[in-house]
Amino acid sequence: MTRRTLAGLMLTTALLGTGAAAQDVTLTIESWRNDDLSIWQDQIIPAFEAANPGIKVEFTPSAPAEYNAALNSKLDAGTAGDLITCRPFDASLALYDGGKLADLSDLGAMANFSDVAKSAWQTDDGAHTFCVPMASVIHGFIYNKDAFAELGIEPPATVDEFFAVLDKIKEDGTYIPMAMGTNDQWEAATMGYQNIGPNYWKGEEGRRALIAGNQKLTDEPWVEPYRQLARWGAYLGDGYEAQTYPDSQNLFTLGRAAIYPAGSWEISGFNAQADFEMGAFPPPVVNAGDECYISDHTDIAIGLNAASPNAEAARTFLEWVGSAEFASLYANALPGFFSLNSAPVEMADPLAQEFVSWRDKCQSTIRSTYQILSRGTPNLENETWNASANVIRGAESPEDAAARLQAGLASWYGPQQ
Amino acid sequence: MATRSRAHVIVFLAPAVLVYTAVMIWPLFNTLRLALYTSGEEGRVFTGLANFATLFGDPRWSGAFWNALGNNFWFFFIHMIVQNPIGIALAAILSHPRLRFAALYRSAIFIPTILSFVIVGFAWKLILSPIWGIAPSMLDAVGLKSLFAPWLGRESSALTTLALISVWQFVGIPMMLIYAALLSIPEEILEAGEIDGITGWAAFWWIKLPLILPSIGIISILTFVGNFNAFDLIYASQGALAGPDFSTDILGTFLYRTFFGFQLQLGDPHMGSTIATAMFAIILAGVCIYLFAIQTRMRRYQF
Repeated sequence: MTRRTLAGLMLTTALLGTGAAAQDVTLTIESWRNDDLSIWQDQIIPAFEAANPGIKVEFTPSAPAEYNAALNSKLDAGTAGDLITCRPFDASLALYDGGKLADLSDLGAMANFSDVAKSAWQTDDGAHTFCVPMASVIHGFIYNKDAFAELGIEPPATVDEFFAVLDKIKEDGTYIPMAMGTNDQWEAATMGYQNIGPNYWKGEEGRRALIAGNQKLTDEPWVEPYRQLARWGAYLGDGYEAQTYPDSQNLFTLGRAAIYPAGSWEISGFNAQADFEMGAFPPPVVNAGDECYISDHTDIAIGLNAASPNAEAARTFLEWVGSAEFASLYANALPGFFSLNSAPVEMADPLAQEFVSWRDKCQSTIRSTYQILSRGTPNLENETWNASANVIRGAESPEDAAARLQAGLASWYGPQQ
Repeated sequence: MATRSRAHVIVFLAPAVLVYTAVMIWPLFNTLRLALYTSGEEGRVFTGLANFATLFGDPRWSGAFWNALGNNFWFFFIHMIVQNPIGIALAAILSHPRLRFAALYRSAIFIPTILSFVIVGFAWKLILSPIWGIAPSMLDAVGLKSLFAPWLGRESSALTTLALISVWQFVGIPMMLIYAALLSIPEEILEAGEIDGITGWAAFWWIKLPLILPSIGIISILTFVGNFNAFDLIYASQGALAGPDFSTDILGTFLYRTFFGFQLQLGDPHMGSTIATAMFAIILAGVCIYLFAIQTRMRRYQF
């Protein structure tokens, strides 16, 4: 009896085996984007499998807060999937240095990405790239088009126009000029300092000079954004000191505020909440006609588990992730998360299209504090949150804040000493 | 015979001692031990008291530490001068024999104590919100709108506001303990006082208060330990950075940021343990001062 069952099982297995292709491979993707599960299952994976018969892909996300810890223990135990979704900068760099992520510098699709796009997943010297960039988020200002039409104002291009617009909205009194609070601090740094700053420190040029130690945070290009932020306080709503991030979002989508200093990740949420038309403008430049810079912050990428037994198939998949086809699929499924691919992507969402169109006329950079500079104590990113919020509240002068940040950075970072 | 009869004591104590050792004593001493190490190139390195030298010697670390400690003392001070007098007053009113609906008041005042910190923090944040909050509109209704300020967002008022929220939440505990102490005072003593002409306020001041002093001592030390271990309320309402500008940073949030890291800052278990050890020492010192300097001198009355 037992023997017959066993024989039967073996026969079934053999039949099933011949049914599927001989080298059928299943790739598993580790990710923290559990929000995107249906997008991967319904749109992205079917498109790949149709083009690459013989390779099956499974998307197995975990909760964002647990991802790093869970991934590390899976990698240590040898049970992690073949493809690893990469956090930007040090978290992934540590995995590469620990031999957990494979070097992908020789991948053909890498040619489709600019150096800025790859910088979040490279060794410090830029010699080795270990993840294929997937998406970035862009900073700018989202505005209420109806409110602007009502007040007869146009989106500003220069700093002077920007404050003229704010003055006009404030004078009229119907709308809060700008929806932002300092309670949560990170908005002041991320949507404030890192949003308008690249125009002053000239994007990558200034960021790299800071890392190399050729510029200091007390230099004019790094202090001036704080002086601008110090002027913002007058245009934020009543009691902005205690206003939280969700408060700001609600103020804007309820139509009570006219301008929202934004990151593009807000787009899908705002589309669902706001019942007025929205537009967007890039951070204003000092003089009309100046070269403009935007924060196009690299946020998510995908790499290869160095211990994967299916490396060949995984590389095929990664080549596809680096293609224009994937870029278009991904960017349209998730408006606000923009493809980092050099090939232009046409998006259906007008607001997302507006944001991404700035890439053509402006230079892209990433947030100045994310690469290398936040490795020590005191942590520059956290200090920047605090300094930006202080400057907006008027609790600290721009010069003092810059001097404090510089002293903190110089206390542990060699090139700044 | 005497030694045999003691064997069972050990057997009965063993489970509790083992569990307590495993989940409390061992982790405590391991934390103290961790403070003596640092992570070097090849794993953990013993560095003796170097972490303490950093914590108290480095101007950045010591600045953050003394700021947190100072805030913690202010937090405790507000509790002592607001929570305990209100608790005693409420207990005195509740124990009044002619008060109607005493049970209802007692429960109503005690309910916030059983709420989660997260709920309390969130609810008060909404109440005090300058945008949607009920506090500005209530003040407006009585014509005092000008008194309203975004208290939680101002450096000058954020910590005091949070301390008062915490008092609101926990005032039920001193009230209950003192209420129980007041009920245990025998009627005969009060009647004897009445015969001597001591009634009303004088009776409370000269008879009841001395008799409930031991309870007030216990409440003070519980408040002290609770406040110096506090973390949840600040974290729930102001976040781990304890804004604005670290004005609400107490030892608990400072420890959390250091030990577990925050945003791009990676956690540092060794400096975290150093802070935890300092907190342990502060609380231990406070409790010892109470036990040896205050409690032993307190007079107790037997009825």
